[in-house]
Amino acid sequence: MNPAAASPVFAVAHLSKSFGGLKVNHDVSIAMAPGERLALIGPNGAGKTTFVNLVTGRIRPSAGTVRLGDEDITRLGAVARVRRGLVRTFQVTRLFPDMTPEEHVVMAILQRQGRATRILARFHGAGAAADEAADILATLGLTEVARRKVVEIAYGQQRLLEIAIAMAQRPKVLLLDEPAAGVPSTDTPLIERALERLPASLAVLMIEHDMDLVFRFARRVTVLAAGELIFQGLPADVARDDRVREAYLGSYAHAGR
Amino acid sequence: MAQASAPMAAATPARDLGRDLAGLALILAAGLAGYWLFPDNLSFLTRLISVALLVLSLDLIVGYCGIASLGQAALYGAGAYAAGIACLNGVTEPFLLILIGAAAGAVTGLLMGTVMLRAHGLPQLVLSIAIVQLLHEAANKAAWLTGGSDGLAGMVPAPLFGLFEFDLWGRAAYLFGLGLLVAVFVALKLLVRSPFGMVCRGLKEDPLRVSALGISAFPVLLRMFVISGAVAGMGGALGAISTQVVGLDSVSFELSANALVMLVLGGLGNLYGALIGTVVFMAVEHVVAAIDPFHWMTLVGALLIAIVLFAPRGLSGTLDEAARILARRPRRAGP
Ligand SMILES: Nc1ncnc2c1ncn2[C@@H]1O[C@H](COP(=O)(O)OP(=O)(O)OP(=O)(O)O)[C@@H](O)[C@H]1O
Ligand SMILES: [Mg+2]
Repeated sequence: MNPAAASPVFAVAHLSKSFGGLKVNHDVSIAMAPGERLALIGPNGAGKTTFVNLVTGRIRPSAGTVRLGDEDITRLGAVARVRRGLVRTFQVTRLFPDMTPEEHVVMAILQRQGRATRILARFHGAGAAADEAADILATLGLTEVARRKVVEIAYGQQRLLEIAIAMAQRPKVLLLDEPAAGVPSTDTPLIERALERLPASLAVLMIEHDMDLVFRFARRVTVLAAGELIFQGLPADVARDDRVREAYLGSYAHAGR
Repeated sequence: MAQASAPMAAATPARDLGRDLAGLALILAAGLAGYWLFPDNLSFLTRLISVALLVLSLDLIVGYCGIASLGQAALYGAGAYAAGIACLNGVTEPFLLILIGAAAGAVTGLLMGTVMLRAHGLPQLVLSIAIVQLLHEAANKAAWLTGGSDGLAGMVPAPLFGLFEFDLWGRAAYLFGLGLLVAVFVALKLLVRSPFGMVCRGLKEDPLRVSALGISAFPVLLRMFVISGAVAGMGGALGAISTQVVGLDSVSFELSANALVMLVLGGLGNLYGALIGTVVFMAVEHVVAAIDPFHWMTLVGALLIAIVLFAPRGLSGTLDEAARILARRPRRAGP
């Protein structure tokens, strides 16, 4: 069933984490092949963002391993993982309020080229980087606001900028944490266009509640509920699965109260 | 959201350059005006420049990296003592003495950064105080080297370019200091506009985003401590050359705290604020302290409270705001 089993670019095995007594991730294993488009779905509070925080090294797991390509990266720091090509976006945007979208993307490009912390150079007017940034920003419909401060642009545009930065980083594995949440539905086509422009060899995991987007994007779906993986399979099968329906119904019943 | 309006605001490189050249011209003009208007106060004005270098160096740490420090005089004092000791031991070339001050400040900045960057927030601030207090005590104890509580005196720097004596009126020292300040200011403007400077700003605004870009904070911040140390050290060396004494007050908590007050007064994170804050603070101190030596701090205190309450971006931020409003008005008045 799992096409990634052969030669995964990204493999998480038996990952566990508890906060206090709460098992937020329990024995989670996910593998991804190069070029894979995987959706990770689940009710609110299922532990999806925590999964991303664990595999990117922002918090330490209590058990389990993370492999990127041939390398075990479980003990590496967050920065080292990014440098090896494991990149994420944030569900709640993490941006520099006083900088412009253009500056964010240029910084990401310069870092990719190993030039981000040069002293004897000018940040602005870095020709090729600026052109590339303009191109990426255009893909996400951000050209108009490219030179405004982030605090002055709409929240939906800030979400799109999160994706633009990730594209500029040219990762091997990209983890998108609810890229469409907070983006007006008229702008979701921009996200899809950006996703289509990602390199075919890139492995993408997308956490998303918008099921239309999930069905159009993913060729495989994983469901996390209460910290455990309860389903892995084709998008077409997920809605018919009993455990999945139970998990979602349970959470909606709670939410309704 | 007024998205229809043309993208204004954000700085374009060309506009930045224009503003920087104008700013630089203003600094030079103010400096030369000081020379002509206050020929009897040149030694005070040179001390002002020396402290301005300290406050500029503090802006690099506080304003650009978001690290609060109440120990910046550790770096200034290191430069002052290094230049003073060198001068008493026969190294009298003024440019060389400035370089010695810069080197001593840079080395001290490296050590200070290594210690301070282990902590965050309040503990970090406490570390900065501890470091300056330790150095103060060390300078006090090592009397054979530093003169202890008497300090160093009797330095006689060689004439500038072999021509201009550092005389009683302090003309050579002042112009030397002004030239140094302008050179440092240009270098720092380039620094904060470099990729490195942008990453520092990023670290101030959201360190987590910086690490998600794959950039390690520690080496970047440590480098900024070294650069800041070099600038503060040059300030200290200039003070030593121009006053020809170095005392324990140059490596004190009080000077560190005053530098922070000057910076907040002027405004953080644009370098101009550091200069404006230093000029205002020291001018008020100089004038009011002469009239009423006991109450001048009251005035500074009141000024500071007013700034923090009514102009949280400091004097420079308020000027900037005013300029923007003035520049916008004609357009608004149009049809
Ligand atoms: N740092 C933390 N300390 C304690 N509990 C936490 C922490 N982070 C998350 N949690 C808890 O862990 C659970 C999973 O949170 P997580 O953010 O991973 O869920 P999620 O699946 O991303 O939900 P959503 O769809 O709402 O984004 C929640 O109950 C949350 O309250
Ligand atoms: Mg989440």
